[in-house]
Amino acid sequence: MINRKPASVSEVQAFVKEAPRIFSHGAGTKTALTVSVDGVTTLDMTLISGLQEYEPEEFTFTALAGTRIVDVNQALSQNGQYLPFDPPLVEHGATLGGTVAAGLSGPGRYRYGGVRDFLLGVSYVNSSGELVRGGGKVVKNAAGFDLAKLMIGSLGTLGVIVELTFKVFPAPELFSTLQLDFDTLVDALQALQQASVSHLDIDAIEMAPTESGFGVWIRIGGSAKTMPARIDRLYKMYNQGEILNGSDEEIIWQQLREFNWVPGGWSLIKLPMTHGRILALEGEVKRESMLRRYSCAGQIGWLAVKESPESIEPVIVKQGLYGLVILGSSERLRLGEYPSVSFYSRVKTALDPINRFVEV
Amino acid sequence: MNPDKFLSDLSQIYPAERFLTQPAQLTPYESDALTAYRVRPLAVVLPVTQNEVIETVRLCGRYQIPFVARGSGTSLSGGSLPVEGGIVIALNRLDRILRIDPENRIAVVEAGVVNLDVSAAAQPYGLYYAPDPSSQPICTIGGNLAFNSGGAHCLKFGMTSNHVLGIKAVLPDGEVVQLGDESLEGIGPDLVGLFVGSEGLFGIALEVILRLMPKPEIFKTVLASYSSLEGAGNAVSQVVASGLLPGAMEMMDELAIQAAEAAVQANYPPGATALLIVEIDGEKNQVEEEFEQLMGVIESSGAQEIRVAQDDADRARIWKGRKSAFSAVGRLSPDYIVQDGVVPRSRLGETLAEIERLSKQYNVRVANVFHAGDGNLHPLILYDGREAGSLERAEEIAGDIIHICIQSEGSITGEHGVGMEKRAYLPQMFNEVEMNTMRQLYNVIDPQKISNRGKMFLDIDSIFLNNGGAIYDQ
Repeated sequence: MINRKPASVSEVQAFVKEAPRIFSHGAGTKTALTVSVDGVTTLDMTLISGLQEYEPEEFTFTALAGTRIVDVNQALSQNGQYLPFDPPLVEHGATLGGTVAAGLSGPGRYRYGGVRDFLLGVSYVNSSGELVRGGGKVVKNAAGFDLAKLMIGSLGTLGVIVELTFKVFPAPELFSTLQLDFDTLVDALQALQQASVSHLDIDAIEMAPTESGFGVWIRIGGSAKTMPARIDRLYKMYNQGEILNGSDEEIIWQQLREFNWVPGGWSLIKLPMTHGRILALEGEVKRESMLRRYSCAGQIGWLAVKESPESIEPVIVKQGLYGLVILGSSERLRLGEYPSVSFYSRVKTALDPINRFVEV
Repeated sequence: MNPDKFLSDLSQIYPAERFLTQPAQLTPYESDALTAYRVRPLAVVLPVTQNEVIETVRLCGRYQIPFVARGSGTSLSGGSLPVEGGIVIALNRLDRILRIDPENRIAVVEAGVVNLDVSAAAQPYGLYYAPDPSSQPICTIGGNLAFNSGGAHCLKFGMTSNHVLGIKAVLPDGEVVQLGDESLEGIGPDLVGLFVGSEGLFGIALEVILRLMPKPEIFKTVLASYSSLEGAGNAVSQVVASGLLPGAMEMMDELAIQAAEAAVQANYPPGATALLIVEIDGEKNQVEEEFEQLMGVIESSGAQEIRVAQDDADRARIWKGRKSAFSAVGRLSPDYIVQDGVVPRSRLGETLAEIERLSKQYNVRVANVFHAGDGNLHPLILYDGREAGSLERAEEIAGDIIHICIQSEGSITGEHGVGMEKRAYLPQMFNEVEMNTMRQLYNVIDPQKISNRGKMFLDIDSIFLNNGGAIYDQ
């Protein structure tokens, strides 16, 4: 196995041209997705790094793929802006490219959208070693096929991402969270729905099983001046719960964003969910060896398992679900039956006809 | 390829009243909102079920007859122009709203459902469908999806592609695929994102899962008039620099204001050279505070007159003028071309000054209506098709404007798509490698080139030859 660490985009192109099989990765924070396969050249992209363009008044920035998000966040916050899709594993060192390739968003994606809603453009090295731009650098663009979208969740199988352009927004001044407890799952789901169709501008809605039932956390962000009245209004919607502020509040979301709730050595699986799927899955998995978090008002499931992820695949298949292993290790990373497989294989044929980029 | 045999087989799928071949029946389908182009199709079919669409596509595949899917024909880029020797599959009757699911905040609809009808169906749950192209009272979701439609709220809420979660589609070779699903976040690659905006080249969306959003609690809208476009443009920069995120920021120039005023009596300030509309939406407390901040910015921006919408009717009036501007401009001139290039927002001022200069140089009237929040221009270039050389002059100025957009690293189209109209410019925005990448995708999804053939790519014949066949070579 050959490990390469290109220091420039042209070096990425050269390495791609010379290696018959390629797998690229960022800082390796998505441990399960940072595989090494025999006979495959690994490209460590962390040196392809740096903010290229950032004009706060455009609400956009362009950076190289290996740029650590923590550095981006720092530049953005100096201008009162942020990445609204709330990228995960930032404190672990996650890069922009790795986050896009893994297709991951954090709990804050509830408010304005996920990584797919904030990625505007991309440059990648294709299987011939050529540089390809997709999308654009402006916030609105309908020209040509949207190649940038294809890179989201591509896991490096369609090209090596080298540069990305994102949309950003003004950051909320501060946050406040209402923590609620429910005895039953049905009540908790009801609470999620109540919040998600309400007029309140909610930043994040999280749900997780607790020792006695189900906990729900609803976060709002905005100006300091209006926050007391707004959190009070949220509280009155349920007439129960505990209001959290300051570091008590921040740590809840940090835990979720960083996956610090996943015990060491366990694997983490992401599952696209709906309320119906949660009901079905929760009926199936009441085991101590499996922790669950439901993010984004019940739209994303996070399943942490002690044993190997494949061992729970029968449960996933039985429920008609599909998932991707993000942390830990697994023989197979894609579990269950994926929709769109045949369409994907056409796309793969078009963009990587020689199958240079390793499928994971 | 035997058209008569094809038509006879096609007529087996449809009852006579939904199978149109008479010239008088075909005329309404010859063109869309880009009226400069006109092609008479072989036939028009009006499917009412998804199966009829699938069967039709498969039949077209067998006979290698090109087809064009059409919604309400509101495309401004000629996206639903028929193909010579091909058929039109008109989807307006494939219009069932299959499900509104407030729990998961989605709507499942067929392609022919009208944009605004989705919001109407979601309204009892306090939800709505966010993308709002000006044609939303008539345009269909299928057309919105094919051309990745925008609207006035794209900076904050994104385009159509940000609101489509799942697509059931029939590909040009008849395969039926399901892309994405009901969940807000899928697992990649984002094939839904690729399909949206593919301009009908990837086949026909039959059933679409749309993301619904909670209706903002309140809207606060202000209209300000300025003595120059530059003044209004500067106000936009100041609003953005103040850290606000307005749901919409729209601008109109003198000619557009006059047209809108004459058409719908929007009661805009008389004598204004430029108008700016800014709207903040969301939760009441937050909006009120932000609006106060916004008014501070607007009041010190050198506006001539400032009007705050006092109620819903007032707000509707302000928007009516803006949304009817395109058709209103039609009253000023027998014909016009609408461009929809994008420039970085900070380049708006200089771009508008350049458009003004071009207008004088070519002696062609240009009305400007645009989405200032996202840099999406809409110069309406007026011409008279009966006058020799008039269209050519208009197209020339349109080309110059597109070049400005490309040079400033913007886009040739923000929301109307490439269609027929901007095919020559796509290779100027993307280089040969990038164009080839798109062609390769096109080749694997529609090897026969029968689905909305001729849109987006100018060099359709050479693409086809590259693909090693010569089916159309006769």
